[in-house]
Amino acid sequence: MSRVRVLVGTRKGAFVLNSDGTRKQWDVGGPHFAGWEIYHVKGSAADPSRIFASQSSSWFGQVMQRSDDGGSTWQPVGNQFSYDGVPGTHQWYDGTPHPWEFKRVWHLEPSATDPDTVLAGVEDAALFKSSDGGQTWKELSGLRGHGSGPAWAPGAGGLCLHTIMLDPTNASRIYIAISAAGAFRSDDSGASWRPINQGLRSKHIPDPTAEVGHCVHRIAMHRSRPNVLFMQKHWDVMRSDNAGDSWQRISGNLPTDFGFTMGVHAHEPDTVYVVPIKSDSEHFPLDGKLQVFRSRSGGNEWEPLTKGLPQHDCYVNVLRGAMAIDSLDSCGVYFGTTGGQVYASPDGGDHWTAIVRDLPPVLSVEVQTLPS
Amino acid sequence: MIRIELPAHLRTLARVNGDVQVDVSGAATLGAVLDALEACHPVLRGTIRDHVTLRRRPFVRYFACEEDFSHEPPETPLPNAVAIGVEPFLVVGALAGG
Repeated sequence: MSRVRVLVGTRKGAFVLNSDGTRKQWDVGGPHFAGWEIYHVKGSAADPSRIFASQSSSWFGQVMQRSDDGGSTWQPVGNQFSYDGVPGTHQWYDGTPHPWEFKRVWHLEPSATDPDTVLAGVEDAALFKSSDGGQTWKELSGLRGHGSGPAWAPGAGGLCLHTIMLDPTNASRIYIAISAAGAFRSDDSGASWRPINQGLRSKHIPDPTAEVGHCVHRIAMHRSRPNVLFMQKHWDVMRSDNAGDSWQRISGNLPTDFGFTMGVHAHEPDTVYVVPIKSDSEHFPLDGKLQVFRSRSGGNEWEPLTKGLPQHDCYVNVLRGAMAIDSLDSCGVYFGTTGGQVYASPDGGDHWTAIVRDLPPVLSVEVQTLPS
Repeated sequence: MIRIELPAHLRTLARVNGDVQVDVSGAATLGAVLDALEACHPVLRGTIRDHVTLRRRPFVRYFACEEDFSHEPPETPLPNAVAIGVEPFLVVGALAGG
């Protein structure tokens, strides 16, 4: 029987949760890096024992950690992230120029084929690459050097490159998303980039349909159909059927289409999950009811999934990196909350259980599906 | 031998208990002591000072013998009591009030 390992990043450390394929009993390991903010922990598909973690602190900056034994022990690796050339400026919240300053690593995306290669999405938004297991990092500056860079502005959480997706069928294609610049695609392994935001509409920028400036919270895809993308924007849930060249709104009957996270079922490319949040000024579920919404039609028609989730007095948030999907036959869905719960559903969202309940606020959740 | 007292998070990161002890060849200046610390514990590079500019991180302070050295240039000599190991050089995480 296969087993799963859930990697949880929190405001005060990382946790590694292990279970067999039944996903009923969980062993909770951690906290690792206690007291530090762990924005992301992600394992390598090429070597699942290799896991990278982003450890940071407002006081002491960025530290990168690597485990080569599935999260039992860790070693610090390189933490020098220097922008290529003169960093220049992006827009500040009020539209004035503001110098590019490295703050932290939000997202780690290990290569699917090489355990020594990993991409890092950082704040202020840029993409870095390591080809030596995290010891050294070099900026893929074609992204930040895109002509639109000076027009990018931070979202409430900062100017963060928070999502990286590698096309499993095309090694040259990479998707990334930045709050609040939008989504971008490279078709040459990160050397050059184009914004892919046509069809997005955002009221917080002077031109609601501008090429950049959109607060994209998350993008997702199914590995069998990488030209179909799903997006949770600040407001609006969107879909693209042409690798991001254009987007259509698929919010449909969602009670609110504000939210942060989303995921796609491991075996059903048109089954999508979101966690609606009341609004951009009230970051908690509607009416105190924590509900995951599932569409089995690729959007527009959504059903609430509530069994096992709190349906009164619940005012947590679910952040953009805090949902993950395993690939067991009965697909497991996981998400973490700012209240410290990590919920799991071993049946595609029909039933939920808190597999751990009192962690620090959860920033990210990833899952590895492993052989027994 | 110069004694350096680190904040708890950096002691954990460097995997040390208690004070860190370093030797400095030449004058025990602020910069020389930090250079020696980072040479002994490379994992601390970037956590106290910027990798490239060597500028102190904004939320870090340097104290010694009840004096604040946070804003002094790197060539500033530390007190003799620090240089001979009687008193520690303190790397402190800044605390906000309230």
